[in-house]
Amino acid sequence: MHDLLIAPFTEFGFLRRALVGCLALSVSAPVLGVFLVLRRMSLTADVLAHGALPGVALGFLIAGMAAPALWLGGLVAGLVVAVGAGALSRATGGREDATLAALYLVALGLGVAMISMGGGGALDLTHILFGSVLGVDDAALLLMASVATLSLVVLAFAWRPLVLECFDPSFAAAAGARGGLWHLVFQGLVVLNVLSAFQALGTLMAVGLMMLPAIAARHWAREVGGMAYAAVGIALLASVSGILFSYHLDVPTGPAIVLIAGAAWAASVLVGPVDGLLPRLLRRRHLAG
Amino acid sequence: MSARRKPAALRLENLTLTHGRHPAVHHLSGCFAPGSLTAIVGPNGAGKTTLLRGLAGLHRPEGGRVSLQGEARIALLPQMASLDRAFPIACLDVVMQGLWARSGAFREIRAEDRARAVQALAAVGLGGFERRPVGSLSAGQTQRLLFARLLVQDADILLLDEPFNAVDAKTSADLLRLVRDWHGEGRTVVAVLHDLDLVAREFPETLLLARDPIAWGPTAEALSAANRLKARMMAEAWADEAGRCQRAA
Repeated sequence: MHDLLIAPFTEFGFLRRALVGCLALSVSAPVLGVFLVLRRMSLTADVLAHGALPGVALGFLIAGMAAPALWLGGLVAGLVVAVGAGALSRATGGREDATLAALYLVALGLGVAMISMGGGGALDLTHILFGSVLGVDDAALLLMASVATLSLVVLAFAWRPLVLECFDPSFAAAAGARGGLWHLVFQGLVVLNVLSAFQALGTLMAVGLMMLPAIAARHWAREVGGMAYAAVGIALLASVSGILFSYHLDVPTGPAIVLIAGAAWAASVLVGPVDGLLPRLLRRRHLAG
Repeated sequence: MSARRKPAALRLENLTLTHGRHPAVHHLSGCFAPGSLTAIVGPNGAGKTTLLRGLAGLHRPEGGRVSLQGEARIALLPQMASLDRAFPIACLDVVMQGLWARSGAFREIRAEDRARAVQALAAVGLGGFERRPVGSLSAGQTQRLLFARLLVQDADILLLDEPFNAVDAKTSADLLRLVRDWHGEGRTVVAVLHDLDLVAREFPETLLLARDPIAWGPTAEALSAANRLKARMMAEAWADEAGRCQRAA
């Protein structure tokens, strides 16, 4: 038991760094995920993460696997795709989701082509797309912890306005809650969290730790606060077991963590007390009143 | 809930509200007097909802202005459609949103504020619904809940957009009693309504609107047969070839 669960972390510093980084991420990202689900924006974070790839690739070509360059490139490219899609669809009258899809597909193709052409081997490509525990160096760890801290502080202030804006936008406007401004702040946090995730999880999987626990949380609580706690709990669990899974079976960390989070989601759908399948199949007799 | 009421009048000066360049409310002047109880009546597309949004400061006037006398707080009850009823939130938390003017994003909710929210739920007949998820309420219960939030807002001017739609007779009688109480406390109440019998019975003042104001005054006069006929003549379609409006700004 000790060998299986504890020894990998006491033995290897890089595993400890990846673990701490993912735990930090697990505290902030799933909470944002809960609001993305409630705003019917479940796919937005995914588009941002994919769209960041050409920037990450450019950073890689210039500076190798160094965190700041990858991160800066990803930030710029992600913002270009997100803001560009909105501006382009307003200018041409198309639907924003269609423009987003077009831009991120192009970005994904471009990113993979750039890494391959730039002499990056298959190994580098795998690391960038699917993450690697080795990617979490001190700089990346510091970044993940800072982003998580910042996100929690901002969320504490943004909580009421976000709930108000999601639940009843016209009331929020009438009450002067500045819902639009808080929404922008919220989107900024999503971009930061996705980017801080990609060194450990890879650009393709960065969103997994944000969305899967958030989607599963619906089956564990009836109020948005409870859903946030449930999502964080699931994400913490997925981080620890995902990294162990990745180490023992030699799978990239991104898919490992996402698979565990996915299993937690499937379990929630099956046995979760709110709208789960099992409670429905049991068909307990209706109450008297 | 507090006894003292600031006199809160809303004065409209040649107000024009537009969607694009087409007028939704056209050259409207007049005053909602302090403590008045006014119904806004008119055919579909007459600009009633737009006017309420303009009064609440949510729709910027294209011409003219809305001026508020004194430091009155305005509360708007939008039509129910704008609400996400699938949102996972409990009834008491919705009612406490009415505290926004005091609590803002981050100030604490005091015990007495919370108690007021619980009281407001009881006042609309939803006692015991504190932790019920909003999604489990019926349409009528949801409307009661929104009235509880209005109670907690404690505004001086209340703007109600079709408050009795899709609710049963008992609920609309209960909610109407709250409206009468607000009127009795000296608050200014403006409600968009379709039920003319109800308007004639309960609302002393009426504004009959068909984009252009048709009549504004004591209900019996405003709703005269001649005025109602005039309101029905309003063309619902926008006139695409319409020239620029030449009336004095």
